[in-house]
Amino acid sequence: MAKTEIRMTGSGGQGVIMGTIIIAEAAYADGKQVVQCQAYGPEARGGSSKAETIVSDKRITYTKVIKPDLLLALTQVSLNKYVDCLKNKAIVVVDEDIVVPEEVEAIHTVYHLPILKGAEEVIKNKMSANIISVGVVNELLHVASQKSVEEAVLNHVPKGTEEVNLKALHYGAQLVQEAHK
Amino acid sequence: MAKRFQLLQGNEACVEGAIAAGMRFYAGYPITPSTEIAERSALRLPQVGGKFIQMEDEIGGIAAALGASVAGLKAMTATSGPGFSLKQENIGYAAIAEIPIVIVDVQREGPSTGLPTSPSQGDLMQSKWGTHGDHPVIVISPSSVQECYTECVRAFNMAERFRVPVIFLMDEIIGHLREGCELIPPEELTISNRRIDRNFNGTLAYAVQEGNYVPEYAPFGEGDKFNVTGLFHDLDGFPTNDNNITDSQERRLLDKIRMRRDRIEKWEEFDCDDCETMIICFGGTARAVHGAIEDAKEMDFVKLGMFRPITVWPFPEEALLKIIKDNKHLRQIIVAEHNDGQMLLEVQRVVEGRVPVDFLGKIDGTTITPSEVIEKVKEVY
Repeated sequence: MAKTEIRMTGSGGQGVIMGTIIIAEAAYADGKQVVQCQAYGPEARGGSSKAETIVSDKRITYTKVIKPDLLLALTQVSLNKYVDCLKNKAIVVVDEDIVVPEEVEAIHTVYHLPILKGAEEVIKNKMSANIISVGVVNELLHVASQKSVEEAVLNHVPKGTEEVNLKALHYGAQLVQEAHK
Repeated sequence: MAKRFQLLQGNEACVEGAIAAGMRFYAGYPITPSTEIAERSALRLPQVGGKFIQMEDEIGGIAAALGASVAGLKAMTATSGPGFSLKQENIGYAAIAEIPIVIVDVQREGPSTGLPTSPSQGDLMQSKWGTHGDHPVIVISPSSVQECYTECVRAFNMAERFRVPVIFLMDEIIGHLREGCELIPPEELTISNRRIDRNFNGTLAYAVQEGNYVPEYAPFGEGDKFNVTGLFHDLDGFPTNDNNITDSQERRLLDKIRMRRDRIEKWEEFDCDDCETMIICFGGTARAVHGAIEDAKEMDFVKLGMFRPITVWPFPEEALLKIIKDNKHLRQIIVAEHNDGQMLLEVQRVVEGRVPVDFLGKIDGTTITPSEVIEKVKEVY
């Protein structure tokens, strides 16, 4: 597998950092090389939040994502901030209400998915948007096996929410499958 | 049992390495970007029969850790620049009173409170010269999460073998990076414990056996009564103004490190045998330099190499001089670091103009990128 760079963005508190940790942990459990980084400081408080994971078969030298293969944005602000920095023919995943510039739609593969609404109405847990996102990202990139992703989710969610979060993970994958139909 | 392979932050791996090395006491005052070290120590030490104390400030943190070490425990404290400045007085105390301790400094940008959570390597000179007076110092700087584990073990080993303060000089790039880490169990590691010889030392805590440089006094509380002070002292630790004692003691303190450099120095060479441009860096900067070397290989570019001190103080100068002597293709050295040119000064001192030395530095709180390294190489080639 070639080096795959993932950037997840949203507003502080949506859990995108945890999302990237889960993906990294799952891929690492499958024997891949991984690094995970996140933005700290004032920008991580309330405003837009950014976290990254790189997965590769080979040793990863430079630790930061420069141009991601996949950008996930849960808010308009975070999309606007990071949309100009993408690899050629990247995948862009945005929450359904986010407006994506036409030129971005033209050169990248864009998925408009009801992640936040799904968390609230289908999973009935607003906090699960990041886990749905993990499901989406792994269904699109297959950086880790389903079993490892499920284990990584269970390692990180609060006790008593295991079932609901696994449901969120599967729902994320389902959103992608439906978009591909 | 804990999993052998885990995804960890550099700060977390540092604590795991410390515990594997035998750390059983941590005292400190949390400060970003080192806070995870205090957090994980607070969680993990009670699980292995150790003690964690959050003190009233950074000075209290190192003071408590020194007390624990005199009493026989392997002790650590961690901080960032502002706290590192506060700890300097007691680092000197550890040096003269010959108390083993590991002090972690996860550097942040700028003087004073600076930029709290941004990468920097601006404390390199402070780690050597921060506390006053001639004093021995060992400083180790990791450039991966795995090295946070293994090199922290070595930091403890050095502290114990030489009874010195060892600075574990981290940066935010590595401290907050998550990577895979093999938690090598202690039985598979080399673990050094301070030598104790109650028959020889007894109450003469600072007596040293012939051919040795390190006293082997027993921990406080085991029966031998001696004094511990920051003043120059005689063999039982009581202050003295005797110039002969001062001279011999000061020289012995410095010789502890000077005469054992070969056991302390450690560095990485990458393509140094035949490179045209060699980049010298340490800590997290090495990741961008490594990235640049990879990129250069795909570009039909200048042949690049990297020389990375892992023990940054004492600086591995003989190793560097050997590369310069042996590599006939070498035409340029670039020192890359996240400061205004601190390792640069040391490299210039060692190289003495044998090869042109250039500099790539960054002090805006962002990281040097591989493409910036490539650009610099082009610019000076």
